[in-house]
Amino acid sequence: MGFSRRQFIKSVGSSVACAAVFAIIPKRAFAKWSDKAFMSESLAGAIAAKYGNMPVENSTEIKIKSPEIAENGAYVPVTISANIPGASNITIFSESNAAPLIASFDVMPKMGPDISLRLRMAKTGNLVVLVQANGKLYKASKEVKVTIGGCGG
Amino acid sequence: MSLSRREFLRLLGMAGAAGMIPGIASSKTLNTDIYQIQRFGDVRLLHITDTHAQLLPIYYREPSFNLGIGEALGRPPHLVTGSLLKYYGISSGSPLAHAFTPVNYVDAAQKYGKVGGFAYLKTLVDKVRGEFGSAKTLLFDSGDTWQGSGTAFWSKGADMVEVCNLLGVDVMTGHWEFTYLEHEIRKNLAAFKGDFVAQNVKVKEDALFNGAQAYDEKTGHAFRPYVIKELGKHRIAVIGQAFPYTPIANPGRFIPDWTFGINATDLQELVNMIRSKDKPDAVVLISHNGMDVDIKLAREVTGIDVIFGGHTHDAVPRPFEVRNSKGRTLVTNGGTNGKFLGVMDLKLANGGVKEYRYRLLPVFANELSADPSMQALIDRIRAPHLDKLQKSLATAGSLLYRRGNFDGPYDQVICDALRKRNDATIALSPGFRWGTTVLPGQTITMEHVLDQTCMTYPETYARDMSGMEIKNILEDVGDNLFNPDPYYQQGGDMVRVGGMSYRIDPSAPIGQRIDEMRLENGEPLDASKKYRVAGWATVGAQSNGEPIWDTVASYLQDVKTVEIRKLNVPVLKNAGNNPGLDFT
Repeated sequence: MGFSRRQFIKSVGSSVACAAVFAIIPKRAFAKWSDKAFMSESLAGAIAAKYGNMPVENSTEIKIKSPEIAENGAYVPVTISANIPGASNITIFSESNAAPLIASFDVMPKMGPDISLRLRMAKTGNLVVLVQANGKLYKASKEVKVTIGGCGG
Repeated sequence: MSLSRREFLRLLGMAGAAGMIPGIASSKTLNTDIYQIQRFGDVRLLHITDTHAQLLPIYYREPSFNLGIGEALGRPPHLVTGSLLKYYGISSGSPLAHAFTPVNYVDAAQKYGKVGGFAYLKTLVDKVRGEFGSAKTLLFDSGDTWQGSGTAFWSKGADMVEVCNLLGVDVMTGHWEFTYLEHEIRKNLAAFKGDFVAQNVKVKEDALFNGAQAYDEKTGHAFRPYVIKELGKHRIAVIGQAFPYTPIANPGRFIPDWTFGINATDLQELVNMIRSKDKPDAVVLISHNGMDVDIKLAREVTGIDVIFGGHTHDAVPRPFEVRNSKGRTLVTNGGTNGKFLGVMDLKLANGGVKEYRYRLLPVFANELSADPSMQALIDRIRAPHLDKLQKSLATAGSLLYRRGNFDGPYDQVICDALRKRNDATIALSPGFRWGTTVLPGQTITMEHVLDQTCMTYPETYARDMSGMEIKNILEDVGDNLFNPDPYYQQGGDMVRVGGMSYRIDPSAPIGQRIDEMRLENGEPLDASKKYRVAGWATVGAQSNGEPIWDTVASYLQDVKTVEIRKLNVPVLKNAGNNPGLDFT
């Protein structure tokens, strides 16, 4: 029968996963922490503060898995994966949020560029994902609609 | 008034002779009886959807407003009246023209009689299964079966489970099924003899962590995502797609542990897995996405042979063929209220569909006999409630129906009742697509009122809203209906309004569709001013007013005869020659 998903999460959750997070954060993420990028009130401003003016091109190799219409804007589950060699950073923005930069992940050399997170969206808008690889930025976006409730028939 | 069997066949024959019966037109032998279907191919797949618990034959008027926006303009299912008849080659005046369109509705309804009813549906299902060889047939139900009548509401859907077991439903998926509580849903599913499938309903991770029940804890599926059915030497994979926006369009509070979505990527992975592991002869999807979403999905997801669709209540005479990068997917939509039975015969070869024949058969109660066992079951279900159901409330002075993008006369009755009972300036009523039709002169019974209103969140409200709040509601619902990308639509029609009017440009983006909002006296609505608004069916928190059916019943008893002479349809902007529009 094996482990149930619940048992697995319970047994692993408190040890390995948390340890891994603490091991990573101080070395890389904090080193590149950018107050200015996270505080910026515009998408362009946040991108500029985070990356300067690196060249950007659209990419179909970035997959954004998110609901088209959010069940709860306060809690939108998003999974991002990138099939881009040399990807060293994944950053996610919500265009319509007061501060668009949501999270930025540095990708370690042996790590797959595949992340999941839950984020809060103030209202309908585009999720914009930038992946940094070899001095260039690759971009993809997807709209998430936040509604006030419908009348489905 | 009603038609003789001979006359009915003669009218069908006229249509047939001109090559006008969809599906039959392409077959070699012409048969004048739509219920005499020649066998074709290896398997016969039957389909019902959105019956909304209508156990007895009813009247149901198809819409004269079903606008398609963007690439859906003029494309099925966004065709009405003359445009629909022309597209499908159905001759006007025929029984099929009556079944698929509202042309000359009242006269034709009196001529051809009521439609649907599970005892008549049962007779038809048994006939088309028996003629093909029952072992090579399946019956699918795309959902919205457990809601829509008083009896379904009082039994929390259990009556419909019994009825579907007797009808012989093999596989189903759901939408309004999820407006009961989880334990009620699970109890019904335990009693259901078929398979309930849904690839896009997952148990939320924190709920799983707290021990919530799941079909598969590892994948998080709340229900079986698909089932393989053996039909003779053929094997059919049947995947389920529940309504993707259930916890948004309906109250999420009833089913707090479950999360939904279109989940197209998951669906593609599932189809690929089924094709490589199970190697079926065909893969079909029973879907509650709605037809526009199904068409987009058929383009994006490869490897599905047929989508048997519902939700948008579109009675589509022929499958819409979608080409994608790997092949072809047929998309159907099967109407509503038990009015139609879809019959798809497939010739199978090399893991896919080689040829097909499809018919969407109208269930004309006058042309079929009632199955005695089903009638007995229906009578038993209704017996304890007959007094309440048959209570006369008023007389219909004019035709009453709901379906249409913007308004139906029945909605005006509801809005009038809401305003009167709550002393409100404005009323809002949801644009559901269920609800039966009442002909002029018919007595309106409590059952008719329940047909239009019966659900698990019927509470009314009356509160002050600013002009801006009202505009935001109209904009939000408008976008659910007219967003050019169907993945961002929720189905249903525009919210109905009483006591005010507005103008809409369906092709504009959200925030810019609605303007010219005016009160009944012509005064423009002020964005910051407060207005007393009454409504029902709140999706967020529960409201505290009486159930809407009490509001409407009291109002009807007061007015005695209801006449709605003019629909409160908004002024339409930029919708000039849309073939989904007929003002006549």
